[in-house]
Amino acid sequence: MSNQKESTARTLTVALLVCLVCSVFVAGAAVALRPTQEANRQLDKQRSILSIAGLGEAGMSARQVRDLYAQRITARVVDLETGTFTDELDPTSFDPLAAAKDPQLSKALPGQQDIASIKRRERYTTVYLVESEGELQTLVLPVRGYGLWSTLYGFIAVEGDLNTVAGFGFYQHGETPGLGGEVDNPKWKSLWLGKSLFDENGNLAVQIVKGNVDAQSPKAMHQVDGLAGATLTSNGVNNLLHFWLGENGFGSFIAKLRAGEA
Amino acid sequence: MSQPTIKEVLFNPVFANNPIGLQILGICSALAVTSNLKTALVMSIALTLVTGFSNLFISMIRSQIPSSIRMIVQMVIIASLVIVVDQVLKAYAYSLSKQLSVFVGLIITNCIVMGRAEAFAMQNPPLLSFFDGIGNGLGYSAMLIVLGVIRELFGAGKLFGYTIIPVINDGGWYLPNGLLLLPPSAFFLIGLIIWALRSWKKEQVEKPSFTMAPQVSNKEAF
Repeated sequence: MSNQKESTARTLTVALLVCLVCSVFVAGAAVALRPTQEANRQLDKQRSILSIAGLGEAGMSARQVRDLYAQRITARVVDLETGTFTDELDPTSFDPLAAAKDPQLSKALPGQQDIASIKRRERYTTVYLVESEGELQTLVLPVRGYGLWSTLYGFIAVEGDLNTVAGFGFYQHGETPGLGGEVDNPKWKSLWLGKSLFDENGNLAVQIVKGNVDAQSPKAMHQVDGLAGATLTSNGVNNLLHFWLGENGFGSFIAKLRAGEA
Repeated sequence: MSQPTIKEVLFNPVFANNPIGLQILGICSALAVTSNLKTALVMSIALTLVTGFSNLFISMIRSQIPSSIRMIVQMVIIASLVIVVDQVLKAYAYSLSKQLSVFVGLIITNCIVMGRAEAFAMQNPPLLSFFDGIGNGLGYSAMLIVLGVIRELFGAGKLFGYTIIPVINDGGWYLPNGLLLLPPSAFFLIGLIIWALRSWKKEQVEKPSFTMAPQVSNKEAF
Protein backbone atom coordinates (compact mmCIF):
# COMPACT_ATOMS: atom_id res chain seq x y z
CA MET A 1 0.00 0.00 0.00
CA SER A 2 2.77 2.44 0.87
CA ASN A 3 4.38 1.79 -2.48
CA GLN A 4 1.18 2.56 -4.27
CA LYS A 5 0.78 5.78 -2.28
CA GLU A 6 4.28 6.93 -3.22
CA SER A 7 3.98 6.21 -6.93
CA THR A 8 4.60 9.07 -9.38
CA ALA A 9 1.11 8.96 -10.83
CA ARG A 10 -0.41 9.08 -7.40
CA THR A 11 1.81 11.95 -6.30
CA LEU A 12 0.87 13.98 -9.36
CA THR A 13 -2.82 13.27 -8.91
CA VAL A 14 -2.80 14.35 -5.29
CA ALA A 15 -0.82 17.49 -6.09
CA LEU A 16 -3.17 18.41 -8.92
CA LEU A 17 -6.31 17.79 -6.93
CA VAL A 18 -5.10 19.77 -3.93
CA CYS A 19 -4.12 22.70 -6.17
CA LEU A 20 -7.43 22.57 -8.00
CA VAL A 21 -9.56 22.54 -4.88
CA CYS A 22 -7.50 25.27 -3.23
CA SER A 23 -7.51 27.53 -6.27
CA VAL A 24 -11.27 27.26 -6.63
CA PHE A 25 -11.59 28.10 -2.94
CA VAL A 26 -9.27 31.12 -3.12
CA ALA A 27 -10.67 32.42 -6.39
CA GLY A 28 -14.21 32.03 -5.08
CA ALA A 29 -13.42 34.03 -1.95
CA ALA A 30 -11.62 36.74 -3.90
CA VAL A 31 -14.40 37.18 -6.42
CA ALA A 32 -17.17 37.06 -3.83
CA LEU A 33 -15.51 39.66 -1.62
CA ARG A 34 -14.20 42.05 -4.27
CA PRO A 35 -17.21 44.41 -4.38
CA THR A 36 -17.12 44.86 -0.60
CA GLN A 37 -13.40 45.52 -0.65
CA GLU A 38 -13.65 48.03 -3.46
CA ALA A 39 -16.45 49.82 -1.63
CA ASN A 40 -14.31 49.89 1.51
CA ARG A 41 -11.39 51.41 -0.32
CA GLN A 42 -13.59 54.11 -1.85
CA LEU A 43 -15.24 54.81 1.44
CA ASP A 44 -11.93 55.07 3.23
CA LYS A 45 -10.69 57.62 0.73
CA GLN A 46 -13.92 59.62 0.84
CA ARG A 47 -13.83 59.59 4.60
CA SER A 48 -10.31 61.02 4.69
CA ILE A 49 -11.09 63.64 2.05
CA LEU A 50 -14.10 64.78 4.08
CA SER A 51 -12.23 64.85 7.34
CA ILE A 52 -9.32 66.80 5.87
CA ALA A 53 -11.68 69.27 4.25
CA GLY A 54 -13.13 69.75 7.71
CA LEU A 55 -16.55 68.36 6.83
CA GLY A 56 -18.53 65.93 8.93
CA GLU A 57 -17.27 64.35 12.11
CA ALA A 58 -15.41 61.22 13.12
CA GLY A 59 -17.45 58.04 13.43
CA MET A 60 -19.88 58.80 10.63
CA SER A 61 -21.62 55.77 9.21
CA ALA A 62 -20.82 54.58 5.70
CA ARG A 63 -24.07 56.01 4.37
CA GLN A 64 -23.49 59.41 5.97
CA VAL A 65 -20.01 59.55 4.46
CA ARG A 66 -21.31 58.73 1.00
CA ASP A 67 -24.16 61.23 1.17
CA LEU A 68 -22.02 64.05 2.48
CA TYR A 69 -19.33 63.32 -0.10
CA ALA A 70 -21.83 63.33 -2.94
CA GLN A 71 -23.33 66.58 -1.68
CA ARG A 72 -20.26 68.63 -1.00
CA ILE A 73 -17.23 67.32 -2.89
CA THR A 74 -16.55 67.82 -6.61
CA ALA A 75 -13.68 65.84 -8.02
CA ARG A 76 -11.85 67.38 -11.00
CA VAL A 77 -8.86 66.18 -12.98
CA VAL A 78 -5.95 68.61 -13.25
CA ASP A 79 -3.20 68.61 -15.86
CA LEU A 80 -0.08 69.27 -13.81
CA GLU A 81 1.97 70.27 -16.87
CA THR A 82 -0.28 73.14 -17.89
CA GLY A 83 -1.79 73.72 -14.49
CA THR A 84 -5.36 73.71 -15.76
CA PHE A 85 -8.44 71.60 -15.26
CA THR A 86 -9.08 69.04 -17.93
CA ASP A 87 -12.26 67.20 -18.84
CA GLU A 88 -10.53 64.56 -20.93
CA LEU A 89 -10.44 62.15 -18.04
CA ASP A 90 -13.28 61.07 -15.86
CA PRO A 91 -12.40 61.86 -12.22
CA THR A 92 -14.52 59.01 -10.87
CA SER A 93 -12.62 56.33 -12.74
CA PHE A 94 -9.18 57.94 -13.25
CA ASP A 95 -6.57 56.62 -10.82
CA PRO A 96 -3.60 59.00 -10.42
CA LEU A 97 -1.53 56.47 -8.48
CA ALA A 98 -1.86 53.91 -11.24
CA ALA A 99 -1.08 56.64 -13.77
CA ALA A 100 2.15 57.45 -11.92
CA LYS A 101 3.40 53.98 -12.84
CA ASP A 102 2.39 54.29 -16.49
CA PRO A 103 5.18 55.79 -18.64
CA GLN A 104 2.56 57.27 -20.99
CA LEU A 105 0.87 59.22 -18.24
CA SER A 106 3.78 60.18 -16.04
CA LYS A 107 7.32 61.44 -16.12
CA ALA A 108 10.41 60.30 -14.27
CA LEU A 109 11.80 62.86 -11.88
CA PRO A 110 15.53 63.55 -11.94
CA GLY A 111 17.27 63.30 -8.56
CA GLN A 112 17.41 66.95 -7.53
CA GLN A 113 13.79 67.61 -8.46
CA ASP A 114 12.57 64.52 -6.68
CA ILE A 115 12.73 65.89 -3.15
CA ALA A 116 9.75 63.80 -2.07
CA SER A 117 11.43 60.59 -3.38
CA ILE A 118 8.47 59.47 -5.42
CA LYS A 119 10.52 58.66 -8.57
CA ARG A 120 7.69 59.29 -11.05
CA ARG A 121 5.01 61.95 -11.12
CA GLU A 122 1.74 61.49 -12.95
CA ARG A 123 0.78 64.06 -15.55
CA TYR A 124 -2.86 64.21 -14.49
CA THR A 125 -4.16 64.03 -10.99
CA THR A 126 -7.47 64.39 -9.23
CA VAL A 127 -8.20 67.28 -6.91
CA TYR A 128 -11.29 67.77 -4.78
CA LEU A 129 -13.22 70.99 -4.51
CA VAL A 130 -15.70 72.10 -1.91
CA GLU A 131 -17.81 74.84 -3.37
CA SER A 132 -20.58 76.87 -1.95
CA GLU A 133 -22.72 78.98 -4.27
CA GLY A 134 -20.14 78.75 -7.03
CA GLU A 135 -17.39 80.07 -4.79
CA LEU A 136 -14.42 77.83 -4.00
CA GLN A 137 -14.41 77.17 -0.29
CA THR A 138 -11.81 74.48 0.14
CA LEU A 139 -9.41 72.83 -2.27
CA VAL A 140 -8.13 69.36 -1.36
CA LEU A 141 -4.89 68.29 -3.03
CA PRO A 142 -3.43 64.79 -2.91
CA VAL A 143 0.18 64.63 -1.72
CA ARG A 144 2.60 61.80 -1.21
CA GLY A 145 6.24 61.30 -0.39
CA TYR A 146 8.77 59.19 1.40
CA GLY A 147 9.18 59.46 5.16
CA LEU A 148 11.47 57.15 7.07
CA TRP A 149 10.18 53.70 6.17
CA SER A 150 7.36 54.22 3.79
CA THR A 151 5.59 56.46 1.35
CA LEU A 152 3.04 58.60 3.08
CA TYR A 153 -0.18 59.22 1.16
CA GLY A 154 -2.37 62.08 2.21
CA PHE A 155 -4.26 65.22 1.40
CA ILE A 156 -3.77 68.86 2.16
CA ALA A 157 -6.77 71.16 2.18
CA VAL A 158 -6.42 74.88 1.58
CA GLU A 159 -9.06 77.52 1.99
CA GLY A 160 -10.50 79.61 -0.83
CA ASP A 161 -7.57 82.08 -0.63
CA LEU A 162 -5.33 79.15 -1.75
CA ASN A 163 -2.97 79.98 1.08
CA THR A 164 -4.47 79.09 4.43
CA VAL A 165 -4.30 75.45 5.46
CA ALA A 166 -7.72 74.03 6.23
CA GLY A 167 -6.58 70.50 6.99
CA PHE A 168 -3.73 68.10 6.51
CA GLY A 169 -3.44 64.40 7.07
CA PHE A 170 -2.38 61.03 5.74
CA TYR A 171 -4.60 58.08 4.94
CA GLN A 172 -1.86 55.57 4.41
CA HIS A 173 1.68 55.26 5.73
CA GLY A 174 3.95 52.79 7.47
CA GLU A 175 5.89 55.00 9.85
CA THR A 176 6.86 53.80 13.32
CA PRO A 177 3.80 53.78 15.59
CA GLY A 178 4.25 56.27 18.41
CA LEU A 179 7.11 58.15 16.70
CA GLY A 180 6.67 58.90 13.00
CA GLY A 181 3.19 57.41 13.25
CA GLU A 182 2.25 60.48 15.27
CA VAL A 183 1.56 62.19 11.92
CA ASP A 184 -1.89 60.76 12.63
CA ASN A 185 -2.06 62.44 16.02
CA PRO A 186 -5.08 64.77 15.95
CA LYS A 187 -3.23 67.25 18.09
CA TRP A 188 -0.37 67.52 15.63
CA LYS A 189 -2.72 67.70 12.69
CA SER A 190 -4.57 70.56 14.36
CA LEU A 191 -1.31 72.56 14.49
CA TRP A 192 -1.55 72.93 10.73
CA LEU A 193 -4.90 74.67 10.72
CA GLY A 194 -4.67 78.31 9.80
CA LYS A 195 -1.01 78.21 8.77
CA SER A 196 -0.10 80.07 5.58
CA LEU A 197 1.61 78.16 2.82
CA PHE A 198 3.04 81.15 0.94
CA ASP A 199 4.63 84.37 2.13
CA GLU A 200 3.57 87.80 0.94
CA ASN A 201 5.84 87.53 -2.14
CA GLY A 202 4.11 84.34 -3.13
CA ASN A 203 7.04 82.09 -2.28
CA LEU A 204 6.44 78.75 -0.66
CA ALA A 205 7.22 79.29 2.99
CA VAL A 206 5.52 76.53 4.94
CA GLN A 207 8.04 74.62 7.00
CA ILE A 208 8.33 72.04 9.74
CA VAL A 209 10.82 73.15 12.37
CA LYS A 210 12.66 71.12 14.95
CA GLY A 211 11.30 71.64 18.44
CA ASN A 212 8.70 74.28 19.10
CA VAL A 213 7.73 77.18 16.91
CA ASP A 214 8.65 80.54 18.41
CA ALA A 215 5.28 82.26 18.45
CA GLN A 216 6.93 85.72 18.39
CA SER A 217 8.80 85.05 15.17
CA PRO A 218 7.34 86.62 12.01
CA LYS A 219 7.66 83.22 10.36
CA ALA A 220 5.47 81.50 12.96
CA MET A 221 2.46 81.67 10.62
CA HIS A 222 4.30 79.36 8.21
CA GLN A 223 5.89 77.02 10.72
CA VAL A 224 4.74 73.84 12.40
CA ASP A 225 6.43 71.91 15.22
CA GLY A 226 8.36 68.84 14.16
CA LEU A 227 7.42 65.48 15.63
CA ALA A 228 9.52 64.56 18.64
CA GLY A 229 11.64 61.50 17.98
CA ALA A 230 10.73 61.45 14.29
CA THR A 231 13.12 63.81 12.56
CA LEU A 232 13.21 61.82 9.33
CA THR A 233 9.45 61.51 9.10
CA SER A 234 9.15 65.25 9.78
CA ASN A 235 11.73 65.96 7.06
CA GLY A 236 9.82 63.68 4.71
CA VAL A 237 6.55 65.50 5.36
CA ASN A 238 8.30 68.84 4.87
CA ASN A 239 9.82 67.64 1.59
CA LEU A 240 6.63 66.22 0.20
CA LEU A 241 4.79 69.47 0.90
CA HIS A 242 7.54 71.42 -0.81
CA PHE A 243 7.43 69.09 -3.77
CA TRP A 244 3.68 69.06 -4.26
CA LEU A 245 3.18 72.76 -3.60
CA GLY A 246 6.22 73.66 -5.67
CA GLU A 247 6.69 74.07 -9.40
CA ASN A 248 6.84 70.33 -10.11
CA GLY A 249 3.64 69.72 -8.20
CA PHE A 250 0.61 71.95 -8.00
CA GLY A 251 2.60 75.20 -8.26
CA SER A 252 1.38 76.24 -11.68
CA PHE A 253 -2.14 74.98 -11.01
CA ILE A 254 -2.38 77.09 -7.85
CA ALA A 255 -1.00 80.12 -9.68
CA LYS A 256 -3.49 79.72 -12.55
CA LEU A 257 -6.36 79.09 -10.17
CA ARG A 258 -5.50 82.24 -8.26
CA ALA A 259 -5.40 84.21 -11.49
CA GLY A 260 -8.71 82.65 -12.45
CA GLU A 261 -7.25 80.96 -15.53
CA ALA A 262 -7.54 77.34 -14.52
CA MET B 1 1.90 7.40 23.42
CA SER B 2 -1.74 7.29 24.35
CA GLN B 3 -4.29 9.29 22.38
CA PRO B 4 -4.55 12.81 23.85
CA THR B 5 -8.01 14.13 24.72
CA ILE B 6 -9.63 17.18 23.17
CA LYS B 7 -9.36 19.04 26.44
CA GLU B 8 -5.67 18.32 26.63
CA VAL B 9 -4.88 19.45 23.11
CA LEU B 10 -7.01 22.54 23.58
CA PHE B 11 -5.61 23.86 26.85
CA ASN B 12 -2.13 22.43 27.17
CA PRO B 13 -0.61 24.83 24.65
CA VAL B 14 -1.81 27.85 26.62
CA PHE B 15 0.56 27.47 29.56
CA ALA B 16 2.18 24.07 29.67
CA ASN B 17 3.34 23.94 26.06
CA ASN B 18 3.01 27.50 24.82
CA PRO B 19 4.11 27.77 21.20
CA ILE B 20 5.94 31.03 21.83
CA GLY B 21 6.96 30.42 25.44
CA LEU B 22 8.24 26.87 25.19
CA GLN B 23 8.61 26.03 21.53
CA ILE B 24 9.87 29.56 20.66
CA LEU B 25 7.88 29.60 17.41
CA GLY B 26 6.13 32.51 15.73
CA ILE B 27 8.33 35.18 17.30
CA CYS B 28 8.51 37.37 14.20
CA SER B 29 4.83 38.23 14.07
CA ALA B 30 4.71 38.47 17.86
CA LEU B 31 7.22 41.32 17.62
CA ALA B 32 5.54 43.02 14.73
CA VAL B 33 1.84 43.19 15.51
CA THR B 34 1.77 43.70 19.28
CA SER B 35 2.41 47.43 19.41
CA ASN B 36 -1.29 47.81 20.02
CA LEU B 37 -3.90 45.51 21.40
CA LYS B 38 -6.34 45.70 18.51
CA THR B 39 -3.96 44.41 15.87
CA ALA B 40 -2.67 41.79 18.31
CA LEU B 41 -6.21 40.56 18.86
CA VAL B 42 -7.09 40.39 15.17
CA MET B 43 -3.83 38.67 14.38
CA SER B 44 -4.54 36.15 17.16
CA ILE B 45 -7.97 35.37 15.78
CA ALA B 46 -6.62 35.05 12.25
CA LEU B 47 -3.81 32.74 13.26
CA THR B 48 -6.03 30.61 15.49
CA LEU B 49 -8.51 30.07 12.69
CA VAL B 50 -5.83 29.32 10.13
CA THR B 51 -4.06 26.84 12.41
CA GLY B 52 -7.31 25.14 13.32
CA PHE B 53 -8.61 24.76 9.80
CA SER B 54 -5.29 23.90 8.22
CA ASN B 55 -4.90 21.13 10.79
CA LEU B 56 -8.44 19.96 10.05
CA PHE B 57 -8.01 19.80 6.28
CA ILE B 58 -4.54 18.33 6.38
CA SER B 59 -5.64 15.68 8.82
CA MET B 60 -8.62 14.82 6.61
CA ILE B 61 -6.39 13.98 3.68
CA ARG B 62 -3.36 12.86 5.67
CA SER B 63 -3.55 9.25 4.52
CA GLN B 64 -3.70 10.39 0.90
CA ILE B 65 -0.69 12.71 0.94
CA PRO B 66 2.44 11.06 -0.50
CA SER B 67 5.25 11.78 1.92
CA SER B 68 7.52 13.10 -0.81
CA ILE B 69 5.29 16.14 -1.36
CA ARG B 70 3.65 16.43 2.05
CA MET B 71 5.29 19.77 2.91
CA ILE B 72 4.20 21.49 -0.26
CA VAL B 73 0.68 20.10 0.07
CA GLN B 74 0.55 21.51 3.59
CA MET B 75 1.82 24.84 2.31
CA VAL B 76 -0.81 25.00 -0.42
CA ILE B 77 -3.60 24.42 2.07
CA ILE B 78 -2.20 26.89 4.58
CA ALA B 79 -1.58 29.53 1.93
CA SER B 80 -5.12 29.22 0.59
CA LEU B 81 -6.58 29.68 4.05
CA VAL B 82 -4.39 32.69 4.72
CA ILE B 83 -5.41 34.35 1.47
CA VAL B 84 -9.05 33.83 2.32
CA VAL B 85 -8.53 35.32 5.80
CA ASP B 86 -6.72 38.28 4.25
CA GLN B 87 -9.55 38.84 1.75
CA VAL B 88 -12.18 38.63 4.48
CA LEU B 89 -10.29 41.17 6.60
CA LYS B 90 -10.00 43.51 3.63
CA ALA B 91 -13.72 43.26 3.07
CA TYR B 92 -14.99 43.53 6.63
CA ALA B 93 -12.24 45.19 8.68
CA TYR B 94 -10.58 47.45 6.18
CA SER B 95 -8.75 49.81 8.51
CA LEU B 96 -7.40 46.93 10.60
CA SER B 97 -6.25 45.05 7.57
CA LYS B 98 -4.36 48.18 6.54
CA GLN B 99 -2.52 48.18 9.85
CA LEU B 100 -1.76 44.47 9.78
CA SER B 101 -0.73 44.79 6.14
CA VAL B 102 1.90 42.24 5.34
CA PHE B 103 1.68 40.27 8.56
CA VAL B 104 -1.55 38.51 7.72
CA GLY B 105 0.10 37.23 4.57
CA LEU B 106 3.07 36.15 6.61
CA ILE B 107 0.92 33.75 8.63
CA ILE B 108 1.81 31.38 5.81
CA THR B 109 5.37 31.26 7.00
CA ASN B 110 4.47 31.26 10.68
CA CYS B 111 6.25 28.25 12.15
CA ILE B 112 3.34 27.42 14.43
CA VAL B 113 0.97 26.59 11.59
CA MET B 114 3.47 24.51 9.70
CA GLY B 115 4.80 22.93 12.89
CA ARG B 116 1.38 21.74 14.04
CA ALA B 117 0.49 20.45 10.60
CA GLU B 118 3.63 18.39 10.41
CA ALA B 119 3.88 17.32 14.05
CA PHE B 120 0.24 16.72 14.89
CA ALA B 121 -2.21 16.76 12.00
CA MET B 122 -0.26 14.23 9.95
CA GLN B 123 -0.70 11.62 12.70
CA ASN B 124 -4.04 12.37 14.30
CA PRO B 125 -7.72 12.28 13.33
CA PRO B 126 -9.36 15.45 12.00
CA LEU B 127 -11.40 16.58 14.99
CA LEU B 128 -8.54 16.21 17.42
CA SER B 129 -6.21 17.97 15.00
CA PHE B 130 -8.67 20.82 14.64
CA PHE B 131 -8.73 21.36 18.39
CA ASP B 132 -4.98 21.04 18.57
CA GLY B 133 -4.71 23.84 16.02
CA ILE B 134 -7.20 26.00 17.92
CA GLY B 135 -5.35 25.24 21.18
CA ASN B 136 -2.01 26.29 19.78
CA GLY B 137 -3.62 29.36 18.30
CA LEU B 138 -4.94 30.17 21.78
CA GLY B 139 -1.46 29.75 23.22
CA TYR B 140 -0.12 32.17 20.65
CA SER B 141 -3.05 34.51 21.28
CA ALA B 142 -2.47 34.50 25.04
CA MET B 143 1.10 35.60 24.52
CA LEU B 144 0.19 38.23 21.91
CA ILE B 145 -2.51 39.70 24.08
CA VAL B 146 -0.21 39.95 27.10
CA LEU B 147 2.40 41.65 24.93
CA GLY B 148 -0.19 43.91 23.32
CA VAL B 149 -1.57 45.03 26.69
CA ILE B 150 1.86 45.80 28.12
CA ARG B 151 3.14 47.54 25.01
CA GLU B 152 0.09 49.65 24.29
CA LEU B 153 -0.59 50.55 27.92
CA PHE B 154 2.93 51.61 28.82
CA GLY B 155 4.03 52.68 25.35
CA ALA B 156 1.07 54.83 24.45
CA GLY B 157 -1.05 54.98 27.62
CA LYS B 158 -3.97 53.43 25.80
CA LEU B 159 -5.87 50.17 25.41
CA PHE B 160 -7.80 49.51 22.19
CA GLY B 161 -7.04 53.12 21.34
CA TYR B 162 -8.86 54.47 24.41
CA THR B 163 -6.77 56.53 26.77
CA ILE B 164 -6.16 54.78 30.09
CA ILE B 165 -3.16 56.76 31.35
CA PRO B 166 -3.13 60.34 30.04
CA VAL B 167 0.26 60.96 28.45
CA ILE B 168 2.23 64.19 28.59
CA ASN B 169 1.80 64.90 24.88
CA ASP B 170 -1.96 65.12 25.40
CA GLY B 171 -1.64 67.12 28.59
CA GLY B 172 -1.49 64.22 31.08
CA TRP B 173 1.23 63.18 33.51
CA TYR B 174 2.60 59.94 32.04
CA LEU B 175 5.76 59.99 29.94
CA PRO B 176 5.30 56.97 27.69
CA ASN B 177 8.15 54.61 27.07
CA GLY B 178 8.74 54.91 23.32
CA LEU B 179 10.89 51.79 23.24
CA LEU B 180 7.83 49.69 24.00
CA LEU B 181 6.35 50.68 20.68
CA LEU B 182 9.36 49.40 18.78
CA PRO B 183 9.67 45.72 17.90
CA PRO B 184 12.79 45.01 20.01
CA SER B 185 10.84 45.67 23.21
CA ALA B 186 8.72 42.59 22.47
CA PHE B 187 11.93 40.57 22.50
CA PHE B 188 12.72 41.70 26.04
CA LEU B 189 9.14 41.13 27.14
CA ILE B 190 9.00 37.64 25.64
CA GLY B 191 12.29 36.83 27.37
CA LEU B 192 10.91 38.01 30.71
CA ILE B 193 7.67 36.08 30.21
CA ILE B 194 9.58 32.90 29.38
CA TRP B 195 11.65 33.40 32.50
CA ALA B 196 8.52 33.83 34.60
CA LEU B 197 6.85 30.79 32.97
CA ARG B 198 9.84 28.58 33.60
CA SER B 199 10.20 29.73 37.18
CA TRP B 200 6.57 28.79 37.72
CA LYS B 201 6.63 25.51 35.77
CA LYS B 202 10.08 24.12 36.43
CA GLU B 203 9.61 21.18 34.06
CA GLN B 204 9.79 23.58 31.11
CA VAL B 205 13.45 24.33 31.79
CA GLU B 206 15.44 22.63 29.08
CA LYS B 207 18.43 20.53 29.93
CA PRO B 208 21.54 22.04 28.41
CA SER B 209 22.21 20.14 25.22
CA PHE B 210 25.94 20.24 25.82
CA THR B 211 28.23 21.19 28.67
CA MET B 212 30.98 23.65 28.16
CA ALA B 213 34.38 22.09 28.40
CA PRO B 214 36.43 23.56 31.22
CA GLN B 215 39.37 25.59 30.09
CA VAL B 216 42.43 23.60 30.99
CA SER B 217 45.24 25.80 29.91
CA ASN B 218 45.66 29.22 28.41
CA LYS B 219 47.60 27.75 25.51
CA GLU B 220 44.35 26.40 24.12
CA ALA B 221 43.36 29.84 23.11
CA PHE B 222 46.20 30.11 20.69
